[in-house]
Amino acid sequence: MTLDASRGAQAPPELVQLLTPEGERVEHPDYDIDLKPEEVRSLYRDLVLVRRVDLEAVALQRQGELGIWASLLGQEAAQIGSGRALTDADMAFPTYREHGVAWCRDVDPVKLLGLFRGVNHGGWDPKEHNFHLYTIVIGSQTLHAVGYAMGVQRDDANAAVIAYFGDGASSQGDVNESFVWASVFNAPIVFFCQNNQWAISEPLEKQSRIPLYRRASGFGFPGIRVDGNDVFACLAVTRQALKNAREGQGPVLIEAFTYRMGAHTTTDDPTRYRVASELEAWKLKDPIERVKSYLFKNEFADQAFFDSVEGEADQLGADLRRRCLAMPDPGPLAMFEHVYSEPHALIDEERAQYAAYLEGFSE
Amino acid sequence: MTVLSLSKALNEGMRKAMEDDPKVLIMGEDVGKLGGVFRVTDGLQKDFGEDRVIDTPLAESGIIGTAIGLALRGYRPVCEIQFDGFVFPAADQIITQLAKMPMRSLGAIKLPVVVRIPCGGGIGAVEHHSESPEAYFTHTAGLRVVACSNPADAYTMIQQAIRSEDPVIFFEPKRRYWEKAEVDTTSTDWWLPLDRGRPVRQGTDITLIAYGPMVKTCLEAATAAEADGRSVEVLDLRSLNPLDAPLVMDSVRRTGRAVVVHEAPVNSGFGAELAARITEQCFYQLESPVLRVGGFSTPYPPSKLEEHYLPDLDRVLEAVDRAFGY
Repeated sequence: MTLDASRGAQAPPELVQLLTPEGERVEHPDYDIDLKPEEVRSLYRDLVLVRRVDLEAVALQRQGELGIWASLLGQEAAQIGSGRALTDADMAFPTYREHGVAWCRDVDPVKLLGLFRGVNHGGWDPKEHNFHLYTIVIGSQTLHAVGYAMGVQRDDANAAVIAYFGDGASSQGDVNESFVWASVFNAPIVFFCQNNQWAISEPLEKQSRIPLYRRASGFGFPGIRVDGNDVFACLAVTRQALKNAREGQGPVLIEAFTYRMGAHTTTDDPTRYRVASELEAWKLKDPIERVKSYLFKNEFADQAFFDSVEGEADQLGADLRRRCLAMPDPGPLAMFEHVYSEPHALIDEERAQYAAYLEGFSE
Repeated sequence: MTVLSLSKALNEGMRKAMEDDPKVLIMGEDVGKLGGVFRVTDGLQKDFGEDRVIDTPLAESGIIGTAIGLALRGYRPVCEIQFDGFVFPAADQIITQLAKMPMRSLGAIKLPVVVRIPCGGGIGAVEHHSESPEAYFTHTAGLRVVACSNPADAYTMIQQAIRSEDPVIFFEPKRRYWEKAEVDTTSTDWWLPLDRGRPVRQGTDITLIAYGPMVKTCLEAATAAEADGRSVEVLDLRSLNPLDAPLVMDSVRRTGRAVVVHEAPVNSGFGAELAARITEQCFYQLESPVLRVGGFSTPYPPSKLEEHYLPDLDRVLEAVDRAFGY
């Protein structure tokens, strides 16, 4: 029984799309965007660079330098489009795959590697970037995002919050509770669901009988499905939703219809559960190629531009690799730090005991 | 001096905290107009408004999850979990997020969230309304776990918990909510730090160690034992994580005997931790093994049986007798 016929390469009619896979601009009655050529070139650069960060991280994992990596391959447009829609005052709550959003929030890519290399559980200050730490347990961050948005509301601040999650997370109680809270309190939040079709090995049919964006109506707020491989559409729709949220119109659910072109993580083997033809169909809808086609066809960029972006990507990858390998391992007593914010007798005692124990080996 | 019930003392403490700091919020089910099912937040919404005393949807994970978000934005939420047995839907947010996020952030994040939990039995309630889940939380690094036993401590400890930069699981002995005592609300000179316990009765022959609802039971047992010529010391731990170990060890080294009393099941209960630590640190002073009195290894029984499940004066005295039998 197939309950959602929209899977695979066939886009459903209700999808907001502004740039076709062939790189043609199309109009949409509700959403449009006026992007100058330099803005499109800038988005293209973002897309290429985050794909390169991702590729380098996969390689680092394959060489044993990272314990694991969750690839964003295929989801660049959803992340760059939504990430570039944020203002500095807006706050983002990611899952563990939002490397593209981290890029938009000026988080140094090497800081993303810390938790995957095992030197920390999260290596950046969320307040510095208005980009929260990665959350690994599925969906938990959506409640944090709504609570944060309730704080924004109480501060009467001109800001909105965006909560990222995936199609698998849509089944979590916390995500559904976050919808209830956001709706009841009219919180200034955008729920950005990247439906990449696969929750590790489970297809969307295991999560939902209806397209995910339609879930929003039951909670009392709008839901929109956008072509998640179209960076223009992701930017336009997210920008509008954030604006509505800032203006007090409450939450919006955006379902970015995209595809996880790689494995769930570097430990996963998608050949066990999905057919190769599916990936091939989605490759034709690649989020970067269509922007390149658009720039090229409209003569908004020449080969020298594309070459320079490639060159920058090569440098970024090499720099990331060098700095990953140079990342210092934490000292053994680091585990006792920051468990509590105020002094704690038991932690102090155990730290001292373990330090003395280690000292015993020093001679 | 003002005479306050334990629930009113908590109410006054929260009121004071809200007056002192506009970032303090109250959240929970029915905490607004109703004032909570035990009336602990009575009148606070009327005086501080719906933005600061928030009636939430009925979902405990949502309460703690959104409280974390509010704390990330600079607020200091005080969450009420309506009954002990209802905390488990929030267990993931408490254990996986609230407790661990500060370390995850390498210290960039502080989460000053208080989770108030009315705990324990003795009120003739239906299932899930009489539990003592403290050991689940003392086992979780990153949480402070405290339990008040009397109105004066309730008044001070709730304010200290709210001021703490760390998340605090705050247990309230629901059967003692209506017990009254004098509380000095005019001075803070007498306040004890939140992570310190207190000897509530001096003695020389044996130490009873308790917290929350069992402190009063142990004091009654100590009075009864005096008639048998036994001098019983009673400690109110107040803080379970961290434990005020010097208080416990100093007492047991003097008396040579210890009995731990709690309502929670003895098996893998907090008393096991105490017994192990006392044995390690007071081995040469002990005259008898550390004994434990608590609930049985059964689910909390129907209320017609709770008098058999809950430690009472006689079960504590029986353990004291056993301790002297070695």
